[in-house]
Amino acid sequence: MRLLTHNMLACNIKGVTNGYPLGLEAEKWVEKEVDFNADFLRGVFPKIEWRALVGAARALGFPDLLPEDAPDPSVLSSSDDFLRRFHRALLELHVEEGALVCPETGRRFPISKGIPNMLLHEDEV
Amino acid sequence: MKLKQLEGLLGSIQQFSNPKVDLEQYPTGPHIASRLLYTAEDTFGDVDGKVVADFGCGCGTLGIASALLGAEYIIGIDLDAQALQTASTNAENLELDIDLMQCNIKSLSWSGRVVDTVVMNPPFGTRKKGSDVVFLSMAFKVASQAIYSLHKTSTREHVKRVAFRDFNAKCAEVLCELRFDLPQLYKFHKKKEVDIEVDLWRFVP
Repeated sequence: MRLLTHNMLACNIKGVTNGYPLGLEAEKWVEKEVDFNADFLRGVFPKIEWRALVGAARALGFPDLLPEDAPDPSVLSSSDDFLRRFHRALLELHVEEGALVCPETGRRFPISKGIPNMLLHEDEV
Repeated sequence: MKLKQLEGLLGSIQQFSNPKVDLEQYPTGPHIASRLLYTAEDTFGDVDGKVVADFGCGCGTLGIASALLGAEYIIGIDLDAQALQTASTNAENLELDIDLMQCNIKSLSWSGRVVDTVVMNPPFGTRKKGSDVVFLSMAFKVASQAIYSLHKTSTREHVKRVAFRDFNAKCAEVLCELRFDLPQLYKFHKKKEVDIEVDLWRFVP
């Protein structure tokens, strides 16, 4: 699971209203190089929940990879360094083992072999 | 990449080793999968550089086809852990990066509209009525650009009505009719091989 996926996911338990963003516990993660595509990054930037991405990068041990607050979109054309960092956070870090945690209920959704398990129990549907 | 080349690569993909009938697990063959994705990219530009979600991805055929045609980010979602493991191995064998998630499409909870295109071969709803419409409903909530889906030709009018009336589709068109040849996977299949006529749909949410 990469951080773009984490950025989209909310807790899906019935009745939960504040299920976003999910907490991230990463026991094991890997980094894999991906071709750099600036146009893609510029297009996807406005759709990203910044605080969720910053939180996820922190959970993997990168407290300074991204700025705390969402930067002004002008940085997308002015700073190659920023685009590279954004690219790395969004597309190159893979969580292999760990869990996603609902911020409201504390329910843990395990991540095993890179695949988060978001299946619900009967009483959660 | 040419259509023939795509179809050839998809032919190497490992399919369900132990298909589950209640999930209507039928493999999406290389013929159908290659045509679906090739049309999506070549005619509409809905794949290259996009975020693509494969709903009910099974062994990952449609997601892998998207990756081969240049999708920037792919996420495959399925209920079945075994199928997801196979999908993961299939992607690795072709050196492709695909995110996978185990989830029931019915209870998927996504925020925002990061996904551009949804591709899917949903259960046709022969075992559990209406399951194809459940998939379609979620696809309309998630996709910002286009949805490609396969539905039985016999349900064409129904699918069209639902798309416009219930999901406010801007556009819903059948791109072509295809033949889904189902090998005899399950015991209740009496004939050796059955052809089902399916429509390839493109919806604009």
